[in-house]
Amino acid sequence: MATVAQPVTLGRRLRRWEGLPYALILPTVAYLGLFFAWPMVQAFELAFRIEGDWTLSPFRSMFNDTNFNQALTFTLLLVVVIVPLQFVLALVMALIANAKIRGRGLFLAIFILPLAISDLAAGLVWQTILTERGYLNTFLTKVGIIDQDYIWLDPTKPNNLLIAVVVAEIWRSTAFVMVIFLAGLQGIPHEYTEAAEVFGAGFFQRVRRIILPMLKPAIQVALLFRIIFAFEAFAVIIAITGRAKTTLATEAWRWQAEYFDSHIAAAYSALILVLSLVSAGLVLFLFRTPRAQMMR
Amino acid sequence: MSGRFITWLPRLGIYVVGLVLSLFVLAPLYVITLAAFSSEEDVYAYPKELLPRDLSTETLSFFLNFAGMTDALWRSVFVALITLAISLVIGTPAGYAIARFSFRGADTVRLSVVATRAFPIVILSIPLAVIFIRWGIDDTIQGVAIAHTALALPFVVLTTASVFANVPAELEEAAQTLGCSRAGAFVRVALPLALPGLAASAIFVFIISWNEVFAASLLTLQNRTLPAEVLSLLEGAPLNFRFAGGFLLLAPSVIVILIIRRYLFTMWGRVVR
Repeated sequence: MATVAQPVTLGRRLRRWEGLPYALILPTVAYLGLFFAWPMVQAFELAFRIEGDWTLSPFRSMFNDTNFNQALTFTLLLVVVIVPLQFVLALVMALIANAKIRGRGLFLAIFILPLAISDLAAGLVWQTILTERGYLNTFLTKVGIIDQDYIWLDPTKPNNLLIAVVVAEIWRSTAFVMVIFLAGLQGIPHEYTEAAEVFGAGFFQRVRRIILPMLKPAIQVALLFRIIFAFEAFAVIIAITGRAKTTLATEAWRWQAEYFDSHIAAAYSALILVLSLVSAGLVLFLFRTPRAQMMR
Repeated sequence: MSGRFITWLPRLGIYVVGLVLSLFVLAPLYVITLAAFSSEEDVYAYPKELLPRDLSTETLSFFLNFAGMTDALWRSVFVALITLAISLVIGTPAGYAIARFSFRGADTVRLSVVATRAFPIVILSIPLAVIFIRWGIDDTIQGVAIAHTALALPFVVLTTASVFANVPAELEEAAQTLGCSRAGAFVRVALPLALPGLAASAIFVFIISWNEVFAASLLTLQNRTLPAEVLSLLEGAPLNFRFAGGFLLLAPSVIVILIIRRYLFTMWGRVVR
C-alpha cells in the first residue's frame, strides 16, 4: 500500500498543481459561457436589433400592445401581494418547525412537501379545487355554507382570478421561503431568545426585537429569490385563468410560441430582466448593513 | 404560580396554527390524488365525492392513452436524465473546487454562479429557440436538455459545494499522508461520504428538469416533454385530462421531497448563508 519513495505520478503532480481548482471549474465556466452568457447577449440583440439594424421598434410594439398594461400591472400586483403574505406564513411555519414541541418534525415534513411542485402542477391542482363543479364548492355545499355554486374563477371578476393565482402560488412556493427561514432560525443562539425571555420579553417582542433582526440575511436571500421568481409567473396563470389574465412572462411566451415574433418576445423578457435586477438592487440597498454594525 | 397553565396555553396555540397550516398544505394534495383516481362518472359528478369510495384508474389511463402522451412522458424522463448526467459531470468538480480550494477568483466564481439565478429561464429560452433552429437541434430532446442543464448547473455547483464543505478536509488529507494520491483520496474518502448529498442534489436536478415548462414548450413543437404537452393541450381540455395531468406532474416532486428531505439543509446550507 504505502510506498516509501513515491515516483512522480500524475496524482503527485496533481497534488501540488496550483491550476487544479481552475481546471475543475473550467467545464462549468465554459458551459455557462456558451449556453447562458452568450444567449443572454443574443437576447438583447434580438430585442434591439432587427436584420442588422439597431432599433427600438420591438419595445415600441410591446408598449403599444393591447395586453401590455394588463400584463405589467398583473405581474407587479402578484409580486406585491404574494411575497409579503407568504413571508408572514413562512415565518410562522419556520417558528413552528423550530419550536421546542413534540411533533415539530412532522410539521416540518408536511410544510416542505410542496417545495418541488411546479407552477403548472400547482395551477392544475387549484383549478381542480376552484372550478365551478369542483371540490371547494362540493365541500361548502356539504357543510351547508352555500346552497348555490359560487363561480370562483369568474373571468368577469378580476379580483377572483387574482386571489386564485395568489393562493396557488402561496401554496406552492412558501415552502421555499420557509426552508431559508428555518436555516436562519437554527443559526440564532438559544441564549439570545432565552435571555430575552428571562428579562420578560413576550413572544411577539422576542420575534420583533431578536428573531427578525437576526433573520435579516435569510430574509434578504429569500426576498431576492422570490421576487425574481415571482416576475416569471407563467404556467400557473395559464392553468388557472386561461387567457383571462396575462403576465409579462405569458406575453413573452405567446409572442414567441404563437405569433412567432422573437423580437417582441425578447423585448418582454428584457423588461422582466430589468424589473428583476432593479428589485434585486432595491432589496440589497434596503438591507445593506450599516458600517457601524458590521464592525461588531 | 400558574406556570403549568402558562406553558401549555401557547403550546396549544402552536399546535392549532400548525394544524391549520398543515391542512392548507395537505388538502390540495389529497384533492388532486382523489380526483386523479376517480372514475369517469365521478369526474363529472356533482357534488363530488370527498372520500375515496370508488377508486379507479380510468382517469389516469384516459390521460395516458391520449395521443402521444406516453411518448411525452418518456421524453420528459430522458430529458431529465440527460440534464442530470451532464450537469453532475460538469458541475460536481466545480462544487468540489469551491468547497476545497481557496484560489484567486473563488468568490467571483461563486457569486457569478449565484447571480445566474437573477437571469431567468424566461430570458434564456427565447434566444436559445432562435439559436437551436440555426444549429438544427430545434424540436429535439437534446436541445431541451441543453437548456435545462444551463438552468440546473448553477444549482449543482452550489449544492455540491455545500455537500463537500460538510465532508471534513482533514479526512482527505489523512488519506493522502497514508499514501493515497489526491485523486485516490477523493474517490476513496470524500466521494463515499458525499454520496448521499450528491444523490440528493441529482434527484433535485431531475425534478428541476421534470418541472420546467417555459423553455421546453418554446424549444419543441412535435417532440414535447410532458409539461409542455399538457400546457399546449390545456385550452379547452376536459376535466379528467386536467385532474390526471395535474397529479402526474405533481406526484414525482412530492415523492422526491419525501426521499431527500434529510439532505435538504446540507444541500442548501451554503446557498442560504
